[in-house]
Amino acid sequence: MSIAPAALSPAARSLAGYARWRWWELALFAALPLSWLLLPGHALLLKDIAILALFAVSLDLILGYAGIVSLGHAAFFGFGAYAAALFAKEVLPDPIVGLVVAVAASSLLGLATSVLILRGTDLTRLMVTLGVASILYELANKLDWLTGGADGLTGVVIGPITVPFSALAGFEFDLNGRVAYAYTLVVLIVVLLIARRLVYSPFGASLQALRDNRLRAASIGLSVPLRLIAVYTIAGGVAGAAGALLAQTSGFASLDLFDFHRSAEVMLVLVIGGTGYLYGGIFGAIAFKLLHDLISAWTPQYWNFWIGLFLVVLVLVGRERFIRPWTWFGKGARP
Amino acid sequence: MTTVLATRSLVKRFGGLAATNDVTLDVQRGARHALIGPNGAGKTTLINLLTGVLEPTSGTISLDGADITKLASHLRVRRGVVRTFQINQLFNTLTPLSSLALAVSVHRKTSTRWWRSLGSDAGVAAECEQLLGRFRLGDVMDQPVHSLAYGKRRLLEIALALACQPRVLLLDEPVAGVPEGERQEIFETINALPADVSILLIEHDMDLVFNFARTVTVLVNGAVFAEGDVQSVSQDPRVKAVYLGEDDVT
Repeated sequence: MSIAPAALSPAARSLAGYARWRWWELALFAALPLSWLLLPGHALLLKDIAILALFAVSLDLILGYAGIVSLGHAAFFGFGAYAAALFAKEVLPDPIVGLVVAVAASSLLGLATSVLILRGTDLTRLMVTLGVASILYELANKLDWLTGGADGLTGVVIGPITVPFSALAGFEFDLNGRVAYAYTLVVLIVVLLIARRLVYSPFGASLQALRDNRLRAASIGLSVPLRLIAVYTIAGGVAGAAGALLAQTSGFASLDLFDFHRSAEVMLVLVIGGTGYLYGGIFGAIAFKLLHDLISAWTPQYWNFWIGLFLVVLVLVGRERFIRPWTWFGKGARP
Repeated sequence: MTTVLATRSLVKRFGGLAATNDVTLDVQRGARHALIGPNGAGKTTLINLLTGVLEPTSGTISLDGADITKLASHLRVRRGVVRTFQINQLFNTLTPLSSLALAVSVHRKTSTRWWRSLGSDAGVAAECEQLLGRFRLGDVMDQPVHSLAYGKRRLLEIALALACQPRVLLLDEPVAGVPEGERQEIFETINALPADVSILLIEHDMDLVFNFARTVTVLVNGAVFAEGDVQSVSQDPRVKAVYLGEDDVT
């Protein structure tokens, strides 16, 4: 570096740029509210995409960053949904208070179940997470005096969204989903901003470090179990928020929310979008839902065949090359 | 001389095999202490016991007089017992810079600040700059660790340990696989550590051991076979017979 003596050392300069905003991140954050303005007719679909994206971002925190594999992430999604629906039905219909309660409840569930994922191998974790989701599924089924059992929790009326600390009149959820989408978007953006802080912090780096090498992580003085408990609790809360949003905007919670296919789907979304860079869940959710809509419009019965084929090709070719078609043929096409 | 790290009658059995057999060892403050012995003598097992990677079958380990036999691995690091590994143990998807910044943040107790960027602390940056310079990792500091050449990764292995500001540094064959010409340089960096840092070294290159160490402990079959200053150990005929015989040490 012979050009103009810099005030900062190279390491300090590189570290200062560690959390800098990339242009495409800014574009993504700008595109989120724009989608609300420009696509008013698709608010219901976009809302579903945003909820799925939020759910997948939660999985990315544990899978992509901390390396915790889970086949039961729907446990938190469903728990948050039931918590929000029950709170609205039995206590208070206000959606924002309900959301906070649901996040708190599913974070607690994350904290309580985190001890189960500390030990063992990836296979152990897959089975334990799967088991926890199954247990909650059956509990929701059995406790029908509380949850409505197999019929689901109906008769949930959500009040209007009031902006905290302001005299504005509340926004009622409307039939075409614009209020619901706006509400979901605000939650998604807030969570993304917080998660972005988190993953670029020393805490975020420590998660990546223990994902790469637990032995060494402990050997630089990190408490691996405490970090895992922390991130699992946080991810539980975020997944719970996604579930709560679904329950609140649909006025319904059912056993299906705990189902295995939910856990598998969110894993699929994250695989499509890519793990470990925070936005994989968003791109994955968009791709997944659009593919779903496209294929089911064309051939409703064979949707699973095509998504299966897509997944096989994507994983075999590799995402990096899949999204760069110009690298498919010619020199250097083989890895 | 004060003893910093000590073991008393330390035993580790793997089934019927005593990998560590009744080892009583004192590491003094500011020691330059080498641990030598033939392959399978239990040197790495002893380091694993000292750092809490393994739990001893019996016996005790103490640091500054306090019993740390049952203390978790990461808590020993926070008390200043830091090691390097014989086989590189690195964070492969991180960069050398972010690895070091993390280790320094952990040492400074700022690693739980989730709302601050890893790079926001000027003190962390300064320490990283110093380590990168000392280990000549500056030109690769922003590349993922897995893409680095072996020699660079070996340097990072040691730099990561130094980022933890050790009081007792346990080096498990630090220059294994490092080209002859660069070994001396790594040792000069290690030698340049503050005089009150205690260093316990496992090494096979006898020239390096005798240049570096003031005290030598010879392990054979998990037990202490001989101990003393460099002079007496290198001239001990029994040591020559079991271990140094093959090497030409004169």
